[in-house]
Amino acid sequence: MEKLYKFLKYTFIILWTVFIVAPFLWAISTSFKDFQSVNSKVTYIPWLDFEPTLEGWRVLVKSPARGGVDIVEPYFNSLFVTCTASLISIVLGTLAAYALSRFTFKAGFVRNNDITFFFISQRIMPPIVLSIPFFIFLSTIGLLDSLIGLVVVYIVLLMPIAVWIMVDFFNRVPKELDETALIDGCNPYQAFYKVVLPNSIPGLIVAGMFCIIFGWIDFFFAFILTFTEVQLLPVKVVALNSSITPWWSLSASALISVAPLIIVAFVVERYLSKGNLSGALK
Amino acid sequence: MNFKHKYVFLFPGLFVLIGILIFPIIFTIRLSLSGWNSYTPEMNFIGITNYIRLFTDDPRFWESFFRLSFLSVTTVILQYIIGFALALIVWREIKFKRFFRVIFLIPMMTTPVIMTVIWRTFFHESLGPVNDLLGNLGVEPILWLSDPVIAKFTVIIVEVWQWTPFMFLLLLAGLLSLPKEPFLAAAIDGASSFRKFVYVTFPLMAPISIGAIIIRLIEASKIMDTVFVLTSGGPGTATETSSFYIYIKGLREFQMGYAATLSFTYLVIMIISLTIIAKVLTKLMIKE
Repeated sequence: MEKLYKFLKYTFIILWTVFIVAPFLWAISTSFKDFQSVNSKVTYIPWLDFEPTLEGWRVLVKSPARGGVDIVEPYFNSLFVTCTASLISIVLGTLAAYALSRFTFKAGFVRNNDITFFFISQRIMPPIVLSIPFFIFLSTIGLLDSLIGLVVVYIVLLMPIAVWIMVDFFNRVPKELDETALIDGCNPYQAFYKVVLPNSIPGLIVAGMFCIIFGWIDFFFAFILTFTEVQLLPVKVVALNSSITPWWSLSASALISVAPLIIVAFVVERYLSKGNLSGALK
Repeated sequence: MNFKHKYVFLFPGLFVLIGILIFPIIFTIRLSLSGWNSYTPEMNFIGITNYIRLFTDDPRFWESFFRLSFLSVTTVILQYIIGFALALIVWREIKFKRFFRVIFLIPMMTTPVIMTVIWRTFFHESLGPVNDLLGNLGVEPILWLSDPVIAKFTVIIVEVWQWTPFMFLLLLAGLLSLPKEPFLAAAIDGASSFRKFVYVTFPLMAPISIGAIIIRLIEASKIMDTVFVLTSGGPGTATETSSFYIYIKGLREFQMGYAATLSFTYLVIMIISLTIIAKVLTKLMIKE
């Protein structure tokens, strides 16, 4: 019985691992193919099945004028929008979360929980519902097709995540910590900045990672709200897909776009194993 | 600790969020009462004509809504079962534990649309590896993307691949934060692994499970990216979800007024049904 259970367990996780890794292996293999090895028959292993070329990867650094896919600029656009929006969301979200965790608010029937729910409930809003008014709103104030406009929209996407994680986290930081600081003569801002914040680094890192993930992977807003001036990475890669589809450069650009965040998986795992995340995510 | 300091902490975030959102929401409601389309691109007032059209004369919207319900509920159930199983396995000591944990987390770090571009080549009906490998086993080519029924399952496969890690992460973080005592007590009583799971682990995990399921349902109800790239709602309308239908009405056919009506109705339905689901789940999973 115990043996059978062990066998099933390992079979399951190995099959799942294969399922997770399969599209990556396929993409890596495809990125080294040429026209012949994509279109004649299905090929898998370089040198054995087909002669690998670097063409797919070379196109990425060529200028568009010479038939290249300019992926460098979208890369930095994505990086800028994600980081700026995450930073603003974390700062504002952490302040609000601290207030919601430490003070009591009363306004009519509205209590702390309702305000927290208001923040978090913004995630329910389907992107499509917001995108049409945002389209008109941003074009009225002239921020359509600009990086700033996207940052504004992304704040709505990301601040709820920051508030969600930080409220839970601050609830777990003992209140005595700030109280001692206040008795020692700090004002509330100093207590927050000098005592509570340094003790909240794990929470801040988790919140930061989630903001970066959900900012980096967004496609829809970038797709609706930008055209030619500004292009973000996901939009660029999908645009490649709709043209004549050279699978090799498509795979290469897809791989290079998803690569940076895979590092985040290692960071998350580290925090998970050290036990810091369990508090931050419950 | 009180005074006015608390407002200094809360208000910047609150007002930025309200400030950004207030216009879109009011605008959507107002727009839903207008006949704004590509012929008359102006904010006229036509009362609830759009709403009457939606409730009496638009089966396509309701079909897309039920399709969305089917897709999101199925994917979330699968994600919960698989995610829980994976979390339970790597919770305990096994070989290469940290390696498996990293692997299981990776898909959620990748951009859904970009991975879907890869999946499209993966499921390509003549040049993709899936049909080729199955063909070696003597299976007829499967129409992954062009058969109305199978295309739904292709979307589900991709969604499960993409988002099971999120479920896994929330559940594993929950498992790791459970108190040790109940498990020790169960071990002293000599409970089998199965009984331990039914009587100790699962009840302790119920609140976390509900949270994780609700969060995933919220996110899954927004399925859009995957469908957009994988099938564009097709074949026909076989994989068209509510968001995608609103997108077609609003930004392809430029029936802005009607799309706003759809958006607003959809939002109200979402909020109501998610509240009900949350209540029902709490009743089902937490027994007094």
